[in-house]
Amino acid sequence: MNLSKNAEGARRGPGLSLDALRHWWAGAPGWARWVVYLLLIVVGVLLPSESIGSFMAPSGADWPSMLSSQIAIYVLLALGLNVVVGMAGLLDLGYVAFYAVGGYTIAIFATKYDWSFWQTLVLAIAFSALAGVILGAPTLRLRGDYLAIVTLGFGEIVKKTANNSSYVNGPRGVQGIPHPPTLSEFEIGGVQPLKYGLLDSRPYYYLLLAFIIVAIIFVRRLDKSRVGRAWASIREDEDAAELMGVPTFKFKLAAFAIGAAIGGSGGVVFASQQTSITPPNFDFLVSALILAGVVLGGSGNIPGVMLGAFVVAWLPERFRGLQDYRMLIFGAVLVLMMIFRPEGLWPSRQRKAELAEGTGGMGGLGAEVPGPGQAEAAAEVGK
Amino acid sequence: MLDDFINQFWPSTVDGLSLGAIYALLALGYTMVYGVLRLINFAHADIFMVGTFAALWTVRSLGVSDVGGIALVGVVALTGLVAGAVAGGGAMLLEMGAYRPLRKRGASRLAALISAIGASIFIQQLFGTVIIHRVFGTSKEGGKLPVNEHFKKLQTVVDVGPIQITNDKLIVFLGSILMMIALDQFVNRTKLGRGIRSTAQDPETAVLMGVNIDRIVSMTFLVGGIMAGVAAALYFLRFEQTNYFVGFLLGIKAFTAAVLGGIGNIRGALVGGFVLGLLEMYGSSFFGSEWRDVVAFSVLILVLMFRPTGILGESLQQARA
Repeated sequence: MNLSKNAEGARRGPGLSLDALRHWWAGAPGWARWVVYLLLIVVGVLLPSESIGSFMAPSGADWPSMLSSQIAIYVLLALGLNVVVGMAGLLDLGYVAFYAVGGYTIAIFATKYDWSFWQTLVLAIAFSALAGVILGAPTLRLRGDYLAIVTLGFGEIVKKTANNSSYVNGPRGVQGIPHPPTLSEFEIGGVQPLKYGLLDSRPYYYLLLAFIIVAIIFVRRLDKSRVGRAWASIREDEDAAELMGVPTFKFKLAAFAIGAAIGGSGGVVFASQQTSITPPNFDFLVSALILAGVVLGGSGNIPGVMLGAFVVAWLPERFRGLQDYRMLIFGAVLVLMMIFRPEGLWPSRQRKAELAEGTGGMGGLGAEVPGPGQAEAAAEVGK
Repeated sequence: MLDDFINQFWPSTVDGLSLGAIYALLALGYTMVYGVLRLINFAHADIFMVGTFAALWTVRSLGVSDVGGIALVGVVALTGLVAGAVAGGGAMLLEMGAYRPLRKRGASRLAALISAIGASIFIQQLFGTVIIHRVFGTSKEGGKLPVNEHFKKLQTVVDVGPIQITNDKLIVFLGSILMMIALDQFVNRTKLGRGIRSTAQDPETAVLMGVNIDRIVSMTFLVGGIMAGVAAALYFLRFEQTNYFVGFLLGIKAFTAAVLGGIGNIRGALVGGFVLGLLEMYGSSFFGSEWRDVVAFSVLILVLMFRPTGILGESLQQARA
């Protein structure tokens, strides 16, 4: 924290209008909130339309399929990872493992035992939550970065095992995963939102949108409850939480299982939309990108996390025109974003204060010495 | 399974030690940066990758082929020097570009981790799309290089008791041991080394005692980068080929080795590297080589269950747990 006063001021400057909005939101009456929620849902429903797509997608690309196969999946996964990283403060570098468990569950049960999409969905959520518990039970006693490397290792184990097992065709992967059964053929505005098939990807987008809304409600209710407060206390100071009587291990395990379940449900939709999965779909890069989305957006803040995941999934697709250079630029953008907004694009008020204090859940960097900015930041927290 | 394991015991021991030596050298970079900054420097793997290309460039410029014996040692020493310098410089640049600004702004470790991942993607893609193409004149696709045309070593077999070792594996092993001893002496005996240790232990007090933290952090990256460069030269000697994503899996393994030995602990990185290399080779002779990564990571999880801070513990930063 060698912040000079000028740098501090410059960083706060553009945030002012957003802060006013935050204050209004914090005191907004119930009906106003519902209006905003409804508006957001309307925006979500209208998002795949052509007029937005012409700007969002590069010419020639199919915006609805970009939305459903990349962006919405990443947003859903980021919501799940946010429970683990943003809320409970556990660093998970192998989140893709749970996504893979979901994907392979539907691959196996739908192609070998003819289960339907909805049956496998329930099973996949149960399996991925179980995978979270199996990984978490022995390893959640580890602290910080030990947990990070263990989860990373777990992700690689899952991928390699899928790659080496002839039961799931090894590196060739599983083909012929069925689409979800068509629920109804009704048509609205030229879309048949409940008819799942190869031709139109919009129904998948609406399916994922429903998943995302359910996940948001679920996660938000948890966050505002005793569970969420327990997670916050673990994130801030695990020892203090334990001493105050919070059963930290139990809550950490719950965070892992819930995050894993959300990741698993994403895997099911992904597999069923693509109709085939191969082990490289579940690369470490996916874990890294989703984590980048969570942190970039503002870890712990649900709208921020969604924004971050959107940016991470959308940027490389939007600039496909740059061809080979898009990932090069994307890497540089990640570094620059972290330099200029280390707290994320849209951090929650609480997290912003924590980060200003330099402790932000997982602590600051090691070789860092508190400077004069610290007292100022502490005063800010008190306001 | 068991028969394979017994038949293959000595060859896999030799392979494991020479692989473990490379892991250990690479793990030193992770562990030192972690000790000082408490940051998982994901881009370290790509610094290693840069080192392998520096080694390739050196060998190409020398235009040597079919070298063996003492001449091979000389070639390796020269490639090690060039690769170490390039990788060390690269690591310092990396710190200045991707980590120092974050440190100055008091960013969280999570933000620094994302910056590390971004830097890793950047370096990888820089080589994959621009540098390999321009400098080495290969097609943009694949990034795999036909280096065998340019550099061939002569393999000779050295007998040590009942074991037969090829000369390249012996050079890898001895070279890395030499570097580790040098590093251990540097950290424990010199003034800069004391600065690194004090910063790792308690940065605030270190500053009060007149340690220039920025310089120490730079030096830590430089030393870690040099180690990665030497590891890269040895890797290149052994496998004679490289590509722009060569660092990824090796980097994860090396970080695993660092954690296995006790992160932040320099001798731990050494122990972890050799243990991981040996277990991987024994594991692949036992279960088949396609399972070796699974064996490596399973061992990591098992070890951490019983020794949560690694085999030797985290001595470099014990005081600030």
